[in-house]
Amino acid sequence: MLRTLLAKEFREQWRTWKMVVFMAVFLITGISSPVLAKYTPALLKSIPNLPAGLADFIPTPTLADSVAQYLKNTEQFGILLVILLTMSVMAQEKERGTAAMLLTKPVSRSAVILAKWLTGMTMLLAGLLVDGLACLAYTAVLFEPLPFGAFWILNLLLLVNLGVYLTVALMASTLARTQAMAAAGAFGGLVVLIILGSIPRLGDSMPGQLANWGSSLVLKGDITAWPALGVAAAMIVLALVIACLRLEREEI
Amino acid sequence: MIRIENLVKTYGSVRALDGLSLNVKPGVVYGFLGPNGAGKTTSMRILSGLARPDSGRAWIMGKEIGKPGSDVRSLIGVLPEEPAFYGWMTPREYLRDFVAPLYAMRGQVAARRADELLEIVGLQEAANRRISGFSRGMRQRMGLAQALVHEPMILLLDEPVSALDPAGRKEVLDLIETLRGKTTILLSTHILADVERVCDVVGIIARGRMVVQARRDDLLTRYVTPLFEIETDNGFGNWLEWVGKQAFVIHVTVSGQTARVLVKDISMAQKALLESLAGEAISVRRFEMVHPSLEDVFLRLTGKEA
Repeated sequence: MLRTLLAKEFREQWRTWKMVVFMAVFLITGISSPVLAKYTPALLKSIPNLPAGLADFIPTPTLADSVAQYLKNTEQFGILLVILLTMSVMAQEKERGTAAMLLTKPVSRSAVILAKWLTGMTMLLAGLLVDGLACLAYTAVLFEPLPFGAFWILNLLLLVNLGVYLTVALMASTLARTQAMAAAGAFGGLVVLIILGSIPRLGDSMPGQLANWGSSLVLKGDITAWPALGVAAAMIVLALVIACLRLEREEI
Repeated sequence: MIRIENLVKTYGSVRALDGLSLNVKPGVVYGFLGPNGAGKTTSMRILSGLARPDSGRAWIMGKEIGKPGSDVRSLIGVLPEEPAFYGWMTPREYLRDFVAPLYAMRGQVAARRADELLEIVGLQEAANRRISGFSRGMRQRMGLAQALVHEPMILLLDEPVSALDPAGRKEVLDLIETLRGKTTILLSTHILADVERVCDVVGIIARGRMVVQARRDDLLTRYVTPLFEIETDNGFGNWLEWVGKQAFVIHVTVSGQTARVLVKDISMAQKALLESLAGEAISVRRFEMVHPSLEDVFLRLTGKEA
């Protein structure tokens, strides 16, 4: 049953071009991050009539700039992409009536949620793989090779971080009856996570801290964020459980 | 086969089902008849597991709906009033790759069944077209096909022919005829001619309650009260108001220049009706005693008066 639901979800992502757009954005992010890190200072220096001495303050780009650019771009575009990809998946099925058609068949309602979540997480994993490979290659050419193992651990931490947004968006989509309500819920979740992440001390335990940990791993720093990893995992599990319970009890 | 006892379901202040009970025996085509808002779709949704009753119980093949461990969904095929599909799929993909595997049918078995059903519902020529471009009628045929994939013992059809043209209606009703005896069918509709044509048993529901439940022929016999059909050239004027108040009149319906008057006492009615029509100077083209149709019975029982 889960196999059939997964096959339908993946085929839908492919047929509706969502998968292509998703991968293309991650590929562009992976290529553009080291390129921007390398050439932005040179572009700034080339601006005509730059005040005297200012060019001396523009630093020479390093590997750390490439990593910082990669993290910033992947987080920003990744969060937007996973929310846009996920926020309507369940609400749309309810609104259009396809959920009613599906749920009269012998399928578990939790399996429907799980199939959508697994599809989203697999897409995200594939996107980060494309993103990471592009970044690895361009960084090696423009700067120096990134530490391979640490860089992929950074990407795993990004997967968990972005997975929180994906699961919260899926939960919003399941709680809502319309796509508009689902969108409001998903972006509301984003705002709440941003606010919680900016609160001193509490922010250190929020999923956003995982990017700093990943960066530190690559650049041989000493930051860790185990509490943030635990909180992120707990948020994913909680949002999934809420989504499953809601659909199990909902009248379609 | 299907049993419902005292189902109650409210949506806010609206009581959609108000103690509905019914009983459908194996192999029959049961016409679930009622005006819009009578509770037909709500009953279907409860039977198919999409909604829960506030109180009351329902069983399908002895399994109580909503009870843990008694999932009836593999026993039933459901066609909702407005079937919805994934528009990016083709009908063949939908049946073969999506619906059939949900009933553990895969590979050649699923492919064969999908092609068979597409032929039965007349969609073989559109088998590889995207469903998003389908008309409402084509979607309804597709809905019927998906309900039949696993050859269910029970079919719940909510207004299965309402979106079809006359030819499509005939085809679907013919298909329902072929399932008679093999599959138990609960068919909700407001098209009385269809019920009269295919249903063995009729349940008439109004305001969430069962008004009457009987074999179609028994129902017509039971309510075979005398009925006069009167056709005029110049309308009825105030006569309709007068006739509706007479003690010997049970029910009056009007369609254009024709009135159908159900009465208790033939001889008294015949005399009084003719005299009153003459007294009102109504130009009568036809005055005839006829047998009531299911529509007359339905309108009488659901309280719709002229």
